[in-house]
Amino acid sequence: MSRLNDANVALAKEIIARYPRPKSALIPLLHLSQEQNGYITNDAMAHLAELVGVTSAEVYGTASFYEMFKFEPVGKYVINICGTLSCALMGSEELLHRAEHKLGVKAGGTTPDGLITLEHAECQAACTEAPCLQVNYRYRFRVTPADVDSLIHDLRAGKLSDEIPAHGTLAKVRQHIPADRGVGAVAPEAATTAPAWFDGKAAL
Amino acid sequence: MTGTYAHAAGFYSGDRPRIVTSRFEHADSYSLERYLATGGYQGLRKALARPATDVHDEVKKATVLGRGGAGFPAGTKWGLTPEGVFPRYLVVNGDESEPGTYKDRLLMERDPHQLIEGCVIACYAAGLSQCFLYIRGEMAHAQERVAAALNEAYAAGYVGKNILGSKFSVDVVLHWGAGAYVVGEETALIESLEGNRGMPRLKPPFFPAAIGLYGKPTIVNNVETLSNLPWILTNGAEAYTAIGTATSPGTRMVAVSGHVKRPGVYEIINGTTTFRDLIYGDDFCQGIRNGNELKAFVPGGGSAPWFTPDQLDIPFEGPQAGAAGSMLGSGAIMVMDHTTDIPAAALTLTRFYAHESCGKCTPCREGGTWLERILRRVVDGKGTDADLQQLIEVGTSICPGDFPHASSTRLGLAAVPFPYKMTTICFVGPSAYTPVHSALTLFPEEFEARVTKRTHIPVTAVGVGE
Amino acid sequence: MSTTESHDEATAVDPNAVNITINGRSVSAVKGEMIIAAADRTADFIPRFCYHPRMKPVGMCRQCLVEVEGPRGPMMVVSCMTPVADGQVVRTDTDQVKQAQEGVLELLLANHPLDCPVCDKGGECPLQDQAFSHGPGESRYVEEKRHYEKPIPISDLVFLDRERCILCDRCTRFANEVAGDPLISFTHRGNNTQVLTFPDEPFASYFSGNTVQICPVGALTAQPYRFKARPWDLEERESTCTTCSVGCRIAVQSSRDELVRYQGVDSDPVNWGWLCDRGRFNFQSVSSDDRVTTPHVRDGQTLVETTWVDALSRAAQLISSASGKVALLGGARGTNEDAWAWAQLADLAKFKMRDAQMGDGLPARVFSYPQATIDAACSAPTIILLAPDLKEELPVLYLRVRDAVEKGRSRIVEITSHDSGLTKYAWKSVHHEPGHQLDAVRATLADTDIAAQLAKGPVVVIAGRSSLAESEANIMAALDTIVGSVAHVSVLPALRRGNVRGALSVGLAPTDGNDATHILKSAVTGDIECLVLLGSDPLSDHPDADLVRRAFASVRNIIAVDMFMNQSVQSASVVLPAAAFGEKNGTTTNLEGRVTNVAQKVTPRGTSRPDWMIAIELAHALGRDIPLTRVEEVQAHMMTSIPQMQTENVAVALRRNGIVVPTVASAASSAAVTPVGTRNSYEFRLVSGRKLYDKATGTTASRSLVNLADSAAVYVHPQDLERIGKSDGASVRVSSSSGAIALPVHASSAVVRGTAFVPFNLAGADVRELIRHDQAVTDVRIEGI
Repeated sequence: MSRLNDANVALAKEIIARYPRPKSALIPLLHLSQEQNGYITNDAMAHLAELVGVTSAEVYGTASFYEMFKFEPVGKYVINICGTLSCALMGSEELLHRAEHKLGVKAGGTTPDGLITLEHAECQAACTEAPCLQVNYRYRFRVTPADVDSLIHDLRAGKLSDEIPAHGTLAKVRQHIPADRGVGAVAPEAATTAPAWFDGKAAL
Repeated sequence: MTGTYAHAAGFYSGDRPRIVTSRFEHADSYSLERYLATGGYQGLRKALARPATDVHDEVKKATVLGRGGAGFPAGTKWGLTPEGVFPRYLVVNGDESEPGTYKDRLLMERDPHQLIEGCVIACYAAGLSQCFLYIRGEMAHAQERVAAALNEAYAAGYVGKNILGSKFSVDVVLHWGAGAYVVGEETALIESLEGNRGMPRLKPPFFPAAIGLYGKPTIVNNVETLSNLPWILTNGAEAYTAIGTATSPGTRMVAVSGHVKRPGVYEIINGTTTFRDLIYGDDFCQGIRNGNELKAFVPGGGSAPWFTPDQLDIPFEGPQAGAAGSMLGSGAIMVMDHTTDIPAAALTLTRFYAHESCGKCTPCREGGTWLERILRRVVDGKGTDADLQQLIEVGTSICPGDFPHASSTRLGLAAVPFPYKMTTICFVGPSAYTPVHSALTLFPEEFEARVTKRTHIPVTAVGVGE
Repeated sequence: MSTTESHDEATAVDPNAVNITINGRSVSAVKGEMIIAAADRTADFIPRFCYHPRMKPVGMCRQCLVEVEGPRGPMMVVSCMTPVADGQVVRTDTDQVKQAQEGVLELLLANHPLDCPVCDKGGECPLQDQAFSHGPGESRYVEEKRHYEKPIPISDLVFLDRERCILCDRCTRFANEVAGDPLISFTHRGNNTQVLTFPDEPFASYFSGNTVQICPVGALTAQPYRFKARPWDLEERESTCTTCSVGCRIAVQSSRDELVRYQGVDSDPVNWGWLCDRGRFNFQSVSSDDRVTTPHVRDGQTLVETTWVDALSRAAQLISSASGKVALLGGARGTNEDAWAWAQLADLAKFKMRDAQMGDGLPARVFSYPQATIDAACSAPTIILLAPDLKEELPVLYLRVRDAVEKGRSRIVEITSHDSGLTKYAWKSVHHEPGHQLDAVRATLADTDIAAQLAKGPVVVIAGRSSLAESEANIMAALDTIVGSVAHVSVLPALRRGNVRGALSVGLAPTDGNDATHILKSAVTGDIECLVLLGSDPLSDHPDADLVRRAFASVRNIIAVDMFMNQSVQSASVVLPAAAFGEKNGTTTNLEGRVTNVAQKVTPRGTSRPDWMIAIELAHALGRDIPLTRVEEVQAHMMTSIPQMQTENVAVALRRNGIVVPTVASAASSAAVTPVGTRNSYEFRLVSGRKLYDKATGTTASRSLVNLADSAAVYVHPQDLERIGKSDGASVRVSSSSGAIALPVHASSAVVRGTAFVPFNLAGADVRELIRHDQAVTDVRIEGI
């Protein structure tokens, strides 16, 4: 069951309506689909193609461009260890080796129990807190090899399930534009005159 | 090892004016309540009491240089949209991913209302119909904070219909990416926002101000750039230009990372602070770790040609860094001490850019990976001197002509000023070569020591019949 | 290009003209043009891979870098995306340009396999050619190359070898931008970028073959041509495709006297270099084993081989003994020369009736309206579609119209009973039940929005037989109303067969309203005793199957001139084998009246010969002399005998773009419109239109195309399917007052509620059993079996 479920279809429609053209919603919808299924399936892409009015090939073209979309099942937790300059200078390679050893899988692999996928990542924008890693895109800063051990231990013990949702769920808070407060999106072809308020006079 | 910032003090230590990080000391800096209690949405209120063109002029007067990397004044950028062509859009570039850089993430996580207020002011000043706030995919926490702030702002009437009860209405839509460095390039950002593969468009003709989102005039502004606007509208352009230099007014955020004692993100005075201040100053990084010696530093994000101790006294200002052979980019310094394995350090950056190539331009797609493979061989001790020559040759196919680099007293080298020529559309391809070139030029001995000398490799024969 | 045009060029001052210099030489160019296009008019070739003059530039291969003088010295720019500017100084020959171009080429070759000796493209490969002319001469890439599974089929016709692909975006841009079928896309990123379809969803585009032609390497290969020939063994002649009436220009290529490939040729007023897959790949039918290669005569129940002398004398005998009660059906699949020679014969032998159409087109008086060209249609602010689905019937015209809409030049107002390939591009789609065209047109013209749109400038009506399950009178009445009430209106006839306009123009148009249907009715009543089928198959093509069967049963003799033993030919007394397309020279006339040449490339199969030659020989056997022996003589006589085809135009017609020749047509009004009754609400009103791939012999005799045709089914609106209580795919019985057929039913939102769509001429149940020529519309019942 990898098409969006009814609740997510409703959410998808709400998201699509925010954009002047439906295809703009594609990346947020791919995330929604990944949130529902843990990864992106062919059925899901075909469903999204219907929802935004493009071909499945176009959805696949877009989806496969972006690192975060997975087309095979991954672990409940995806650990990304940064390897770019600042983290490398502060010893991230050792962290990766430690994690590989501890998990018994190489970077790119998933533990046999399907709990953890280990990835070598590029710069995660926390360079002054190097070396850093992310678990399902939640940061861990100034990580030591001992931290890696305890992180894996905690994940296995289920101690972090409150803090870190399963892979696919990104932000736990969503934007909701109340119907009475939103302006609404208009197709670019249908809004070719200046906004009414842009009239050379003060708005207040 | 937690989600909090152990070195938060680094952000605001010292007696310097703070414009965009002024609320960072508060634990609840992201809440609407705190924002309102600290002057929040006052700039917007002042702006809406004036005609849009007035607000635009005020921002022009402030000369807020774009903080995304190119350093183009925001007010001037807004003025580039063709007269009378609508709709116009605002796209906020929060896809921060340049190695070494992370100021936008902090601004989004810690002061999202400041950014939202900036967005709304920009839309008002430039007649923009809708705002899309594009946050990097991997920044889940920033997405949460901005989503929550937007929900608050909508409910309180700071965004959406009839803002502050005025006739002005605009939506700010939260959008998020999915992991692609190149989407930080503004035309790629627009492609991505249209639901496409994030491949840059050629400028010209695709200057976003004229042909942007959906082919319509589009302003793409960086998060930090927009975060300056509430302060400017509250305090006026004059107060803003009183800080910093005439060509680089105001403050800017700089992340200093690597082998320093106190890495951190600092809001510095534009134009006057030197690299020495930043790396050694008491208010900043307080010197190299363990009393080690400085070997080299990347002055402006991973794409920038490297500096050595020779360049420490250059102020953090675009034109001066350019003349010295590099650039300031997105405001990120990565410091390497004397223990650093230079070829290996260069490899991490080259690998980054090769990995992040979108695949559109041949030189970047093929050349980046080729550079990475040769460099990997050299770092692994399996390279030859022909490989070193080949690195230059491949690099020259991406950037023909003289490549910028810093001067070196040690090697008796004069600087070649920025910028370079390039055979690609955007800077990803050249950026794969930049660390290779800097490392090879400034530290040739570290490469020579690693390779086997061969007199001649009959290259034409190799590979045939594979 | 006519003399008038060059005169205009010399005298008029073009406000858009600019002058640039390329390598020191002055070049005139037009504002908005790219440097590379201007350079293409000089001797300075700029290497390129992604650039294609008929698609939007993307500037991604980076091969066409040149230097342009700028305020801060020379700037390196891509010439495919840098527009010309007056006074611009361009250099393509400096060391830096050379270095950049060599550098890019080396990088393109880095991951390109060295399998040229086994690659179809070898010998005509832009990468190979430009590696020699602009490359570094050696590769220093010693790393492992990218590896992918060697060629994977991305459709029934096209294979993709991702190792050879240089990621120029030509095929993917074509699919999206030109064909509107974005079923292939770049996937993945950076050095792993590749072109792919969606998993298990093939590149099922009617235009897929074009991607093979424009691929600058051997990454895309066409199944019908793979390993067939090497470029240096190919011979080619430029010709015109006659599969449909668009008249796309093609290069007909052969190897060892066998047709092996057609390539699209860029004719600016017509096809812009594009072809549909049916036109591109049906060359296989020419060398099909099913061709009739010797004359046959009837011996009891069977047709037996005989000599030409015998067959011709038998045919002459049959014609003579019919004492004038002879009718000719067909001629629209051959050349103008073929049709003209047969018209001469029909005149000499006093045939009673003739018609080049099969009761499935519009009457020839459609030419009496002001006529539009394809270019005129595609530059008109408004195109009214009163036509069959152009994507299915006239595919390259569909591409041109789609382009006009996508580029914002034209808006479509579509008046239809069934959604077409252009519906999603239409500005307004007005749906109506068959028979109510006139009401729909009146309502459309009365709409104020539409009236304002029509007032914007020239209006072109693309008109054709939109459904074969209703009378053409319905369309003609609607067309009369549009032409009579809209200003600046002209008509582009959407005709069916390749040379129907030519055949009708040179003497095979019916006289006194005695069209194909009338001929068949006359056969039933005994007024016609001998039918001559000139490349026609009324048993398959005429919409009223019952009428044709009765006519064939009543007529005494049939003489068939054809390439294949089709259903109708099998009933003949004499079969004369005809030369196929590619086996004869001549001219053809496309739907806009443009006369261009068709070229012989291979020897006719067996003893088959061109239709024109058969006409002359048959005339001789009849004791009548048409004193012509060569096609050039036939052509010259034809052109003199038709005032519009002046002799001096012959030379023009033989050049690429040909010349538009006005067609003389009588404006005699056709049969009055039968009033159409209201549909019984339990019934469905039938719509029947053609699909690109059907049982046409050119398709069924081409082994690569034969499996692409669907089988027959009836399509109804999803809500109607629910109403009749059937599930999708269930077998149903569809019956009209004249017959019943059994076939599966499917839901389709392209079908208007209350109507049922059954495609024409597909394998399985034959929709023609439901259609009667004398009924204005066809109402059917659909019941479960």
